Amino acid sequence: MKKFATAVIAASALCSAAGLARAGDSINITSWGGAYQDSQKKAYFEPYVAKGNKITEAEYNGEVAKIKAMVEAKSITWDVVDTDTPTVLQACAEGALEKIDWGKLGLDKSKFIGGDLTECGVPSIVYGTVFGYDTSKLKDGPTKVNDIFDLAKFPGKRGLQKSPVMNLEWALIADGVANADIYKVLATKEGQDRAFKKLDSIKANVVWWESGAQAPQILADGQVVMTSAWNGRLQSAIDKDKKTFKIVWDHQGLDWDWWTIVKGAPNLDAGYRFVSFASAPGPQGDQTKYIAYGPANKDAIPNVDPKTLPNLPTAPDNLKTAFNIDPQFWADNGDALRERFNAWLTK
Amino acid sequence: MNMSSDTIMRAADGTPLKAKLAQSLRREQLRAMALIAPLLIFILASFLLPILMMLKNAVYDPDLQDTLPRTSALLATWDGKALPEEPVFEAFAAELKAAQKERNAALIGKRLNYELPAMKSKVTVTARKLEAVQQGPWKEALTTIDPVWGDIETWATVKHASSTFTPFYLLSALDLRQTAEGAITAAPAERQIYRQIIMRTFLISTLVTVLTLLLGFPVAYFISMLPPHQANLLLVFILLPFWTSLLVRTTAWSILFQDGGVITQFLHVSGITWLLNALGLLHGEPALFKTRLATVIAMTHIQLPFTLLPIYSVMKTISPNYMRAARSLGATPVYAFIKVYLPQTLPGIAAGCLLTFILSLGYYITPALVGGPTDSMIAGFIDTSMNNEGNWGKASALGAILFTATLVLYYVYNRLVGIDKLKLG
Repeated sequence: MKKFATAVIAASALCSAAGLARAGDSINITSWGGAYQDSQKKAYFEPYVAKGNKITEAEYNGEVAKIKAMVEAKSITWDVVDTDTPTVLQACAEGALEKIDWGKLGLDKSKFIGGDLTECGVPSIVYGTVFGYDTSKLKDGPTKVNDIFDLAKFPGKRGLQKSPVMNLEWALIADGVANADIYKVLATKEGQDRAFKKLDSIKANVVWWESGAQAPQILADGQVVMTSAWNGRLQSAIDKDKKTFKIVWDHQGLDWDWWTIVKGAPNLDAGYRFVSFASAPGPQGDQTKYIAYGPANKDAIPNVDPKTLPNLPTAPDNLKTAFNIDPQFWADNGDALRERFNAWLTK
Repeated sequence: MNMSSDTIMRAADGTPLKAKLAQSLRREQLRAMALIAPLLIFILASFLLPILMMLKNAVYDPDLQDTLPRTSALLATWDGKALPEEPVFEAFAAELKAAQKERNAALIGKRLNYELPAMKSKVTVTARKLEAVQQGPWKEALTTIDPVWGDIETWATVKHASSTFTPFYLLSALDLRQTAEGAITAAPAERQIYRQIIMRTFLISTLVTVLTLLLGFPVAYFISMLPPHQANLLLVFILLPFWTSLLVRTTAWSILFQDGGVITQFLHVSGITWLLNALGLLHGEPALFKTRLATVIAMTHIQLPFTLLPIYSVMKTISPNYMRAARSLGATPVYAFIKVYLPQTLPGIAAGCLLTFILSLGYYITPALVGGPTDSMIAGFIDTSMNNEGNWGKASALGAILFTATLVLYYVYNRLVGIDKLKLG
């Protein structure tokens, strides 16, 4: 009997001890799928799950409308979302994201490239929108953005993202606009007409991709002779799938990805804990082993995989003609231009 | 008078039999109602209610009314001939400041942006700069920040966008706009799109309906003439794909249609590609994937059983004696078929075609997967408006148009053929 009583006391003591320790978090994280989300899985999700937390993953193609719909319908199923810069700015302005409390995160905002750009996100990586081709199918491949629009020199289909972002910019560049003037020109009705007119010239020869994973896919299938893509997606296909792709860095468009928390997220505190974990220099450096994107946390730069360094969009050789995608321009004009772009597509 | 009370038939307990009967009938009716209640409630909640909400969303537009209540009340009495007076500017500035605090300013901009391009950034910038301004006159303050506030058109837009109900979404779903004076005009050319999409949706649906009828009618006739065990075997061939998920069949088609896929390779190996090239009908390899042709072929395949099965089940009920009688009275086979057989299959043809046509109007997955951007139909645009542009009003307006088209079709069908003649089997 005494033995039994001791056992009960011991068991209850154990239980209360377990009760004191915080039970593992359970959160939903939405990102862009494909090679990018795989890299996040290896660098962030798996180590985080190993610490006793639970992560439910979802994928999207960066549609700000989906985040807004959730917030408006007050049925929020996403906690943490990986967005690009125009999306975080627009969603923030429309009240669909939580304002980030950096104190609560325990991080120093000044350590993050672009951290001041918005109140609603923590910068995670720097990526470039580039284009590429398959050297096994095309010997003398394209070298300039103009080549995308040159059907005589490079006949065949080209892959472009089904979005006005980057396509309108490249159209203007191919039409002779300098990097510094892109958004000045694009802000005017005449500039927009000019960009759409340039796109008209290749419209019949475009295969439109929607999710980031489709771009390397259509290139590998031979559906297109060249395609625009996010640089890490092409690099992953080269490194992991041993594809003979070549990346053309001419006039790459630079942008950030952000960790954001949806306004009214059911697991707000858990979301904070995850973002804090994923923004630390260790995991940030780790991610470069799996995908060629630059860490946004400056402290992570010493941790970057040396093999990846020359493939980062921020490597000096790749920056020669690069421009920054203007997030404020797209946050302000994105809706109107997307509508026009969708109308243009179906004509 | 006493006579009548004596002749009334009474039940054993003395109540009049008539009342007793009514009572028991009422009980029967209640029981019947109770039995159908679950379905009735289900239909009301899952079908009727969403449709009503969608129709409401197509004209309901509370954003500006909610964020700018005072401004819109003041603008209601404004005649639109000259710039509004200072009180309007004062109310607007105060409400914009409040909206900025609650991070709703972008909503105002977004709504105005639907009608006046670039208003979104102008509103957000104005709201940001206005935070620093503490004192009026507000007319001057606002027009200094952005001259757009000195524009009558801006205020006319604010005025009619701030009414709770608006024809705006329905008009824009038909490529129309309302000017400041209230007149209805066509939308700017680069934004005109929906009339074309509606026409395209009807064109593809008609084409698919005609093709399924041409392909399905002979097959239905053939099967209806076979002995039962053979007919059943053939029906299985039709029903198996019918029971397979739409998504699976569409994906299968998208694999078949790929450049360098099975169909292209077959055409190449069999020499058809060479022949078409030699005839000048084709240059190089055929491109099928992401084309109108692929969309129509895949949709026809998917819709075929919907047209075929009602026709078949009607044909099964037609006695062969009618044809025999016609023949014995001297009609040629063709004449007997057209005059005697065909009219009897009309209810089946009408049912099958109506079913296919209405289902085709709402196609979404198939045009999205095997068709190109120039093949997307109305349903694809409802998706784009919701998930890509975040414009629920327009999505609802497009839905309302599709819904109305279906109702009109049903009405026309009822007047021409009569809905009681509809036979699904």
